[in-house]
Amino acid sequence: MPRRDDLKRILVIGAGPIVIGQACEFDYSGTQACKALRSEGLEVILVNSNPATIMTDPEMADRTYIEPLTVEAVTKVIEKERPDAILPTVGGQTALNLAVSLYEAGILDKYHVKLIGANVDAIKVGEDRLLFKDAMKDIGVEVPASGLARSLDEAMKIVKATGFPAIIRPSFTMGGVGGGIAYNVEEFRDLVDRGLEMSPVHEILIEESVIGWKEFELEVMRDVADNFVVICSIENIDPMGVHTGDSITVAPALTLTDKEYQRMRDAARRIIRRVGVETGGSNIQFSVNPKDGRMLAIEMNPRVSRSSALASKATGFPIAKIAAKLALGYHLDEIPNDITRLTPASFEPTIDYVVVKFPRWNFEKFPQADRTLTTQMKSVGEAMAIGRTFKEAFLKGVRSLELGKDGMLLTQSGEEDDDSALRKKLVVPNDRRMWALFKALQRGWTVEHIHELTNIDPWFLQQFSQIAELRRIAGMQKFRELSTDFLRTLKRAGFGDREIAAIYGVPEATIRDRRLEDKLIASYKRIDTCAAEFESFTPYMYSTYENGDESNPNAKQKVVILGSGPNRIGQGLEFDYCCCHAAFALRDAGYETVMINCNPETVSTDYDTTDRLYFEPLTFEDVMSVIERESTAGGDVSCLVSFGGQTPLKLSLALQAAGVKILGTSPDSIDLAEDRRRFAQLLWDLGIPQPASGTATSRDEAREAAQKIGFPVVVRPSYVLGGRGMAIVYDVGTLDHYMTNAVDASPEHPVLIDKFVEDAFELDVDAVADESGAVILGGIMEHIEEAGIHSGDSSCVVPPYLVAERHLATIRDYTRRIARALKVVGLMNAQYAIKDDIVYVLEVNPRASRTVPYLSKATGVPLAKVAALVMSGKTLSQLGYEEDLEVSGVFVKTPVFPFVRFPGVDTILGPEMKSTGEVMGGAATFGAAFAKAQQSVGQQLPENGTAFISVNNDDKPNVVSIARGLADLGFRILASRGTAAYLRAHGIPVEVVFKVNEGRPNVADHILNNQIQLIVNTPLGRESFFDDRVVRRVAMLHSIPCITTLTGAAAAVEAIRALRGQALDVRALQDYHAEMTRT
Amino acid sequence: MNAVLALENGTVYRGTAAGAQGVARGEVVFNTSMTGYQEVLTDPSYAGQIVTMTCPQIGNYGVSPEDVESGGPKVAGFIIREESPIASNWRSSGTLRDYLIANNVVAIADIDTRELTRLLRSSGVMRGVIATGEVRTADLVKEARSIPHMEGTDLVREVTCATAFDWPAGMEAPASREGADLSLAPQMQAKRPLRVAAYDFGIKWNILRRLTTYGCEVHVVPASTPAKEVMANVDGIFLSNGPGDPAAVDYAIQNVRELAELDKPIFGICLGHQILGLALGGKTFKLKFGHRGANHPVKFLETGKVEITSQNHGFAVDPTSLPSDVKVTHLNLYDGTVEGLRVMDRPIYSVQYHPEASPGPHDADYLFKQFVEDMETRR
Repeated sequence: MPRRDDLKRILVIGAGPIVIGQACEFDYSGTQACKALRSEGLEVILVNSNPATIMTDPEMADRTYIEPLTVEAVTKVIEKERPDAILPTVGGQTALNLAVSLYEAGILDKYHVKLIGANVDAIKVGEDRLLFKDAMKDIGVEVPASGLARSLDEAMKIVKATGFPAIIRPSFTMGGVGGGIAYNVEEFRDLVDRGLEMSPVHEILIEESVIGWKEFELEVMRDVADNFVVICSIENIDPMGVHTGDSITVAPALTLTDKEYQRMRDAARRIIRRVGVETGGSNIQFSVNPKDGRMLAIEMNPRVSRSSALASKATGFPIAKIAAKLALGYHLDEIPNDITRLTPASFEPTIDYVVVKFPRWNFEKFPQADRTLTTQMKSVGEAMAIGRTFKEAFLKGVRSLELGKDGMLLTQSGEEDDDSALRKKLVVPNDRRMWALFKALQRGWTVEHIHELTNIDPWFLQQFSQIAELRRIAGMQKFRELSTDFLRTLKRAGFGDREIAAIYGVPEATIRDRRLEDKLIASYKRIDTCAAEFESFTPYMYSTYENGDESNPNAKQKVVILGSGPNRIGQGLEFDYCCCHAAFALRDAGYETVMINCNPETVSTDYDTTDRLYFEPLTFEDVMSVIERESTAGGDVSCLVSFGGQTPLKLSLALQAAGVKILGTSPDSIDLAEDRRRFAQLLWDLGIPQPASGTATSRDEAREAAQKIGFPVVVRPSYVLGGRGMAIVYDVGTLDHYMTNAVDASPEHPVLIDKFVEDAFELDVDAVADESGAVILGGIMEHIEEAGIHSGDSSCVVPPYLVAERHLATIRDYTRRIARALKVVGLMNAQYAIKDDIVYVLEVNPRASRTVPYLSKATGVPLAKVAALVMSGKTLSQLGYEEDLEVSGVFVKTPVFPFVRFPGVDTILGPEMKSTGEVMGGAATFGAAFAKAQQSVGQQLPENGTAFISVNNDDKPNVVSIARGLADLGFRILASRGTAAYLRAHGIPVEVVFKVNEGRPNVADHILNNQIQLIVNTPLGRESFFDDRVVRRVAMLHSIPCITTLTGAAAAVEAIRALRGQALDVRALQDYHAEMTRT
Repeated sequence: MNAVLALENGTVYRGTAAGAQGVARGEVVFNTSMTGYQEVLTDPSYAGQIVTMTCPQIGNYGVSPEDVESGGPKVAGFIIREESPIASNWRSSGTLRDYLIANNVVAIADIDTRELTRLLRSSGVMRGVIATGEVRTADLVKEARSIPHMEGTDLVREVTCATAFDWPAGMEAPASREGADLSLAPQMQAKRPLRVAAYDFGIKWNILRRLTTYGCEVHVVPASTPAKEVMANVDGIFLSNGPGDPAAVDYAIQNVRELAELDKPIFGICLGHQILGLALGGKTFKLKFGHRGANHPVKFLETGKVEITSQNHGFAVDPTSLPSDVKVTHLNLYDGTVEGLRVMDRPIYSVQYHPEASPGPHDADYLFKQFVEDMETRR
């Protein structure tokens, strides 16, 4: 049966900005879907607010709208583009919810738009827990006992029946936001209140606890002819009670008998049918009681999910692509399996290796956050590892996390927990539980005992205990006693060179040399969907220590691109975007492209993004093994390290020392820019001003440097991304404290100390330079927040809107001179501050930056592609780029923050980056672009109402114009006592409100009563006090815009003015870019 | 303890012993199912074969008395990548190793099973020997070459029952611990007890369980039972799965030829399907490396629907050899081989794959329903 022919134009909805629970897996799925639809000759219209995605590349769709994912904006897109159908199943919960809203608003009917992939009923049954429960009852699938509550009273009645511990799940929230486990009535009340608050429909489900049960997921697909296949089974090592996104998981399921597995499969088939997913993929979660095998269905997602990204990468079966084709009416047996070519997609992949997914948390960024893992996801990324055995995959997974010293599982250092502390770490799930588990094994705790504490299946514990046993044996030997056989045993069990070196107390290089001497080298196996039953035509590989090697490299000239590893704050999707672009450009230029990465959520780990894909950890050992293997065929192999963020960059010197040819800017130049002393000297020679700076490796050196520079200073470890460990320090005491805590952030590199330029304008520049010394600027981006806030956390705008032309000229000049002096070949990012009419260079990084995708979308020029070609030897003029790039229109980038997931964490911004993702708003004016960006991050700026203003003394003079602006727009102004007095003195009508600790009703009460629509609150001096924090948190929980900088507030006033002036229009990137070519 | 696998082409793999000590000889084949190693071990169709599991972690959930497909392991030998030292499952009664040792199955672990699978895929199945302890590999290769070829070998004799019996006849372990919801509910129930005569060519017990669940009374007879002995007083005849070359089981082919003349429903599975094909005048041939796994897509041509099937066979029916009144009903979507056939206008049909699953998906359970319905309407 051919595909349906009533569809010509399809609207694909993306997932919006990267947030916890919804990350770049939806770029992967959306991109696959767009490609699949277009390959069928359909026109694709794409809407997504996230500019850092591959899917929003203008060539991925016929019409690309980077617009807010709101009913209003998407309605306008529909009005303009008149699609025949919407595919809402590849953009996460955001897209599904939006599709339902569009349906309920009558938009789909009005414009005769169909939903394909999932219908409204299926979406509702999948998401509405009560409907789901009823549906499961219909088909005889057991679910946990539960009840739905819309109030605390109702909740209390239900919990009487279901008992404690009780699970609270708010309806219609993503990644389990607002959910939790209550062990007693008190916790229960809190969680019920929060859950009701956070559910968009103010409804929660209270559920029988199955904590400690085994947890499984099936990734399934169904076509319109009711053909059904299971793509992958996934088992969670962490039992029920920990969100699957926070669980260490393994594929395939390893502890189910065939009888149990087939029962689950049968249930999954009944569920997808009953929920009514006619075409596409779904994720279904089950729980199994380890004592008697009782099986419950927990939930189902009628769409492509994080787990389906994992399943796709784990099996080689491209779920999103196939789902898109099924939505067009194809049957599974009409679609070929790309990997085997000869067999169809209507089969169930079988795998002959083990896949382990390990979550990556970022709690170090949020010291006050509760690290307990519950039903609400807290991790920001994940690494996947593949091995022939569980042990091998598990240890590869651990080293893929790049946790540095903290990641060492087998040679843990640091303070010792006593037994009871250790027991607690095992009982209460947390991000460090696996490390605690290995400590417990090392102390001789038995598998049975650890099982009692953790409920982790004894099979997994036994595997861990085997690893611990190998480690114990190794620990009793001296290096010279290490036999080839035992070294082989360790390598086959997944031990990395670095771990072995740490156990034997020798340098990593010694282990590597010994290994090569013993001819213990990695072999590569293919991921082929069929356990070698058929020949594989796709070089998608992982390493192991066995005889058979299937990598079969060829002698072509190739470039190995190092990816960016697991997502984390500061190193996310943007870098994967850059790596993919490099791959696309170099492939087009005739190179054979080879990708190494370990992040299953990404486009870079799609087997068709590069010619060859190695799913491997990004460590020196694993990368060198691939490069050495690829080199055996005789072709020229070079390596691209500057597109994947800090992960590959950290390896560049070692790779170069090992004889690997690094493309583009030399590792030495990268080091020069990173080395404060060398870099300061360079700027001095160039006559370019910079804030006074110094370096320190000890407390005393730091004091000395700070004294010379003068407080306040910015301190940070070298070689970090996302401002990790970065702080603004105002006095010696804080500096001492910092030095004692921060020095181990990166022991190889000194701490950098710079003068902090207060109240300055900050600007970011991305530029591309070539071997001939030609440099073009991709754009100058003005930060909307002032200096001191990490650039990744600051909204920014291109073109700059408040900076004088002569300063822009200076910036252009400095950028060129620095690029030439550093002999940059490829991308370079530079940060500038302007204070008192002087332009300072804050920082230069000769590598891809976070802003490259945003700037590429704004300008219509794929900067990363241009840079990759330049690095391969082309000149900018050969590529047709002679001038700095320009934009037509105004583009604002705004970050999104994960604070809602971390109760108790202050939402104030600083030099350490905390945002997880970003959106872009484009328009003809700054105000309108800013307003759109705000809408895209879920901040609907009020057009009228009441504004509360409370600012610190320094900010008082400058807040006057903002308050006046708001008053002129008709806002009623409330203010704290001090601010009110100041504003009154300047003739602005204002009412005084109590601060939280001044009495009641106070500002928090007003917020709770919906009496305040906008808050301007700058922190009171160097530390934020309790009062501010409460206000900011309450505001966040009630989605009241709370602006913490004056420049941000000024931008907001302008945006409100724009909103009041006219309705915001939508515009495709292709139209913006066409205008560029015309002018 | 060390163990060695030697193949007839001279390839030698060194690993460790994972079962009984001694020597195992047979045709080396691979199975790609990720679950169900105990069902595989006890499937009589594997008689004479050394089975490699492509799934690398085997033994995780141990063994349990409910998960057997016959009285005990029937494979000639067993090959795995990594053995689980413990059994972790609520139903488990012991570890895989203890089970293999108790049943005298020689097994080897820690070898590159993927490389072996790739070799079998590209060169075709091979004869091989597993030996434990200190051995001379050259001798083993020689020994592998001396093993009789599967073609022309009647292995049914070795696995068929000695005397007829009524299922379950106390052979089945008590299913109490299985839990009601672990067994698949039948899609219908026969309105009256239906008497089925089942030829045991090496029958998997789950076929018997399925037929019983649907309301059949199953009388199991030895493979060589003459047709006229089973004709009387039956509602239908079942032809079971089994090992070896179907063409070598000439007595069975002859019997089925006679039975096909009756006006009784006949249902065949796997070897039973091949024997039916031969009895109807068709031919069979040996596949390069066979189909063994739980993920093969089969298209039911009547509806166009795809079933994910459990498979275990090394021979297939040649569709061009079939007479004109026999039509192909099911096709394998991997390689286009025949997966089912039917005599036109008569309730005589068979499938190459395993609708009883075990291990594998339950997608084709409707075939039992069809058989039961046909028996009911025939009366």
